[in-house]
Amino acid sequence: MKYESQKVAKLYFIAAIGLFVGQILFGLIMGMQYVVGDFLFPEIPFNVARMVHTNLLIVWLLFGFMGASYYLVPEEAETELFAPWLAYLMFWIFLAAGAATVLAYLLVPYATLAEVTMNHLLPTMGREFLEQPTITKIGIVIVVLAFLFNIGMTILKGRKTVVSLVLLMGLTGLAVFFLFAFYNPTNLVMDKYYWWWVVHLWVEGVWELILGAILAFILIKTTGVDREVIEKWLYIIIAMTLITGIVGMGHHYYWIGTPEFWQWWGSIFSALEPIPFFMMTVYAFNMVNRRRRNHPNKVAVLWALGTAVMAFLGAGVWGFLHTLAPVNYYTHGTQITAAHGHMAFYGAYVMIVLGMISYSMPLMRGRELCNSVRSQSLEMWSFWLMTISMVFITLFLTAAGILQVYLQRFSDNPMDFMVVQDKIALFYWLREITGLIFLIGLIVYIASFFIGQDEPEATVEPLK
Amino acid sequence: MAQAFTKAMARNIFYGGTGFFFLVLLALTFQTHQEWPELDNRQAINDVVTLGKQVWEDNNCVGCHSLLGEGAYFAPELGNVYLRFGESTDAIKGFIASRPVEGIPGRRSMPQFNLSEEELTAIAEFLKYVAGINTAGWPPNIKG
Repeated sequence: MKYESQKVAKLYFIAAIGLFVGQILFGLIMGMQYVVGDFLFPEIPFNVARMVHTNLLIVWLLFGFMGASYYLVPEEAETELFAPWLAYLMFWIFLAAGAATVLAYLLVPYATLAEVTMNHLLPTMGREFLEQPTITKIGIVIVVLAFLFNIGMTILKGRKTVVSLVLLMGLTGLAVFFLFAFYNPTNLVMDKYYWWWVVHLWVEGVWELILGAILAFILIKTTGVDREVIEKWLYIIIAMTLITGIVGMGHHYYWIGTPEFWQWWGSIFSALEPIPFFMMTVYAFNMVNRRRRNHPNKVAVLWALGTAVMAFLGAGVWGFLHTLAPVNYYTHGTQITAAHGHMAFYGAYVMIVLGMISYSMPLMRGRELCNSVRSQSLEMWSFWLMTISMVFITLFLTAAGILQVYLQRFSDNPMDFMVVQDKIALFYWLREITGLIFLIGLIVYIASFFIGQDEPEATVEPLK
Repeated sequence: MAQAFTKAMARNIFYGGTGFFFLVLLALTFQTHQEWPELDNRQAINDVVTLGKQVWEDNNCVGCHSLLGEGAYFAPELGNVYLRFGESTDAIKGFIASRPVEGIPGRRSMPQFNLSEEELTAIAEFLKYVAGINTAGWPPNIKG
């Protein structure tokens, strides 16, 4: 750690991990409700658990991105953060707003929450992932703008690198496209069309710039490969991301009342979306193979390689599985979508944030380069437990999805939705059990922050 | 990558490609707006449907159901529920109004939302409006 103000990131990362635990617990509740329908009913209905599960995911990833930015930007810009106090202030505002919103989801009926927050004045609630009360959404905008200002001013007064520039573009895009959350016409088709300008242009657009920048930073630090090489790769990867991903948004416009030309545009461009992810995998392994030094923080390198592989599998391969319009006609809105969503988010965004934490947290806690062997091996165990669990969660949901599609939509005698749900319950059970193993992995992950802390740092043979 | 391919070239592809395809997106969006009046059943939108969408949102219906395939996959698709329920708004209202408060032992059950008669009518009319949207033949069958 070269600059004192980088330490701001520590708080953000601690909050991120805490909220991650909450996300997984509510995921397990939902998974249970899939097989035991009345589990916790009516105290925590499924829609509430899901809202908590998905909103916590978004919020903790945002905490992660912010923490990563606060750590990375001063080091890249070679200057202290513009206003550390602002970063601390925004942290507490964001955490308080997030906690209040989640508690409100759990403690009052959603309709009551809509009423007391005066949703009718500017109705934005009740849409998937954008369930937050309008006042919370305004709070998010304020926090993100203050954060962007802080990061932008830091870059402006210091060295301008490609990594921090790409990161800044990603974060700016995140702020800009979130504004579409405030557009909610009665016309459902238009509502859905622009809802995707938040959701798709985030996760299949600007967030990938953030991912690319963080990954580039970790690779530069751990491999010692020439910055020029890594930056060239970064540019070409994010170029492919946006060239395919912007019009690739058409894969959401097949069946929602949009013109049928989208079936062509969406299929062709989104079929190309795996390319940047494949390039990212090739690049990550390439950089590690061409390393100029052996970095003793092996687990950070593991996360970096892991995110490249898992993002390719989850976002690239599992996305491609159902992205072509003739396939999507049958799979749209089934467990296939859920399967893809889980592995893509884990691979692309969860793992990169955990990777950044893995690289930077030891340094913020006073280590020279990395944690002890003991801490690192524990963290590696958590890496494999969580990653393999997620692979199996995805496989079980895919199996459930294929059966669902066949029984409900493809066979000669299609069955009712609920009848089909009963028939595929076995796979939901398997998913739930695998989810428990994921939770164990997460507990091991947290344990790795406490166990082995008093042992000396891991060392490594210098590269010959 | 070959040395002939420089960082400046990669950067230019990024800016050029992003700018170009964002313009393509805007053009396709413009064309979409042109075609919407024929597709999105906007003539069916009135004050009741507007209230219906509000009821839909204020009760987070999308937290369990999908609507035109988007939302959660815990409960049936509702984009075509009006058709599945025999084109009867009364059937939709009756179903929502009759959900048991304590649920059904061991099974998934829709919560009792205690909607007023006006809200019940509105949500049913909203779902009727949605069923009239031209979705290019989706879903494949009436089961949703």
